[in-house]
Amino acid sequence: MTAGTAPPALRIAGATKRFGAVVALDAVDLEVAHGEVLALLGDNGAGKSTLIKCVSGVHQFDAGTVEIDGTAVSLGSPADARGAGIETVYQDLALFDNLDPAANFYAGREDAGPRWLPRGLRLLRRRAMSESTAEVLSRLQVGLPDQRAGVGLLSGGQRQAIAVARAAAFASSIVILDEPTAALGLRESRRVLDLILRLRGEGRAVIVVSHAMDHVMEIADRAVVMRRGRKVGEERPTPENQQKIVSLIVGGV
Amino acid sequence: MALSTARPRTAATGPPPTTRARGPRLALALIRTGPLLMLVAVVVTASALSPVFFTTRNLGNVLAQTAVIAILAMAQLLVIITRGIDLSVGSTVALAAVVGALTYEAVPSATLVVLAMLGTGLAVGTVNGVALVWGRLPHPFIVTLATLSVAHGLALWLAGGQPHRGMPDVVQLIGGTSIGWLPYSTLLVAALALLVLLLTTRLVWGRWIYAVGGNPDGARRAAIPVNGVLISVYVLSGLAAGIAAIITAGRLNAGSPTFGELAELDAIAAVVIGGASFLGGRGSVANALVGALMIGVIRNAMNLLNVDAFIQPIVIGVVILIAVELDVIRGALERRFQVMRAVAA
Ligand SMILES: Nc1ncnc2c1ncn2[C@@H]1O[C@H](COP(=O)(O)OP(=O)(O)OP(=O)(O)O)[C@@H](O)[C@H]1O
Ligand SMILES: [Mg+2]
Repeated sequence: MTAGTAPPALRIAGATKRFGAVVALDAVDLEVAHGEVLALLGDNGAGKSTLIKCVSGVHQFDAGTVEIDGTAVSLGSPADARGAGIETVYQDLALFDNLDPAANFYAGREDAGPRWLPRGLRLLRRRAMSESTAEVLSRLQVGLPDQRAGVGLLSGGQRQAIAVARAAAFASSIVILDEPTAALGLRESRRVLDLILRLRGEGRAVIVVSHAMDHVMEIADRAVVMRRGRKVGEERPTPENQQKIVSLIVGGV
Repeated sequence: MALSTARPRTAATGPPPTTRARGPRLALALIRTGPLLMLVAVVVTASALSPVFFTTRNLGNVLAQTAVIAILAMAQLLVIITRGIDLSVGSTVALAAVVGALTYEAVPSATLVVLAMLGTGLAVGTVNGVALVWGRLPHPFIVTLATLSVAHGLALWLAGGQPHRGMPDVVQLIGGTSIGWLPYSTLLVAALALLVLLLTTRLVWGRWIYAVGGNPDGARRAAIPVNGVLISVYVLSGLAAGIAAIITAGRLNAGSPTFGELAELDAIAAVVIGGASFLGGRGSVANALVGALMIGVIRNAMNLLNVDAFIQPIVIGVVILIAVELDVIRGALERRFQVMRAVAA
């Protein structure tokens, strides 16, 4: 997958994060290459979401280094992460239920002008945003009854589809998905999995958190297993390895 | 957008329009205009009961009496959209008017008096916003309850408990005179309404206040400057109190620590009658103005009909309950409607 000499899209070394007495991440090393799908596995409370939130700039690592394409970066805020081409589908989706899909897509990066005004005082280009959002949604086959309604009125699957489409549309380098199929039926899950494969095909690095082993087996090139904040293993998700991965997750003897 | 791979559209996208949805759709459309409909009903009733009500002269009175509530309601709306509340605006009106009157006694400069009133409002608003965000105080209710008390006390103390008479001509013109039957203050309200409409619906900042109210945590993760947005709405609310002080002081040609008493509750009531959600993220300027007018019209009509002044708060309270109940029904209908569409799809 990697061209040998090319640096990975993302490399994390010695990542540590504490919440008071809880050590949520304990010296975790991780890398993912362009055109690769990395599955991040682990039981509830293993630290997967925490790792993801640190890479997305929501939390900051207490210790450790982050490199993107071989260059050390500091992900001090969500804006830093976005600037580095990282997009995230959070476990809680982080949607704005009161806003329509276009406003959700462009929240915090509104298409607006003129540029000499401070960002908050610029005029929204509402039509341009609606059109390009509708275009992306239809390309990803996300059918919505009403493009102008707040997304809070949509079904769980539709909401998840919007969150995934938003990340896919804006991620230039790395897409992170925290349990993207958790609320989805068979057909919708299939669409998300296909989308992940497509993102990989386009050379994006993808990190997926999932508890669904069959999904992991199908789409992931590599699987990293975490337990109580530590990385406890790394395996190729092949049918022969499945039992080993499961026992790493649950922490058997 | 960065996505490059195209896919053919399938026939499955977008449900066909259903005819079964028409009944609820109509009910929903009707109930969505709820606040306006209630206002029309109140105006029609008042016109039927009192021959004086629907005269230009009286309508001018209604508008003049509503100007302060309308301005405070528009600002309160911005705050409530962000899931906040500003209880301090009434006291701030009093404090700003007193500061204005004392300024006028010291230096008879209209510019200085106006700046003093606006500046006082801005100052209280800034304290509210900054204390909320940087003091990491748990809820704006508490911050603004504190500044309500402080501003009220300051107004009393500075004024020595007395009204101070005298306001510059411009201030009297803005607050107390009309072009024909149309009060100047109404023109000011209209101009501010257009401005707030622009802010809330056309500017990026407007998007941000709805985003912050809809999902504060999500807004942070979307790199929206949440703290700045929060401070800005309280600053604007304080500024609105300063403007309301100019109108009140101009109308009464004085500055008094009793000005603006319970005005914060009128403003909140207007916003709630206008269908904004206390949970944040929802509400419109037009409906907040309708809410303010409703309160103004009801008070005026009851005065014309010689309804006991003690009854008036009871009626306003009932109107608030009806308006909020209508909004609850609207929400339930919208959810039902959505389920029907999902089934159809
Ligand atoms: N904001 C926070 N404050 C305090 N503790 C936290 C916070 N976020 C996470 N934790 C703790 O960190 C640990 C790891 O949590 P995390 O959410 O990363 O787990 P997870 O692997 O995503 O689990 P799940 O599969 O249930 O989503 C848990 O013990 C959790 O209680
Ligand atoms: Mg998690």
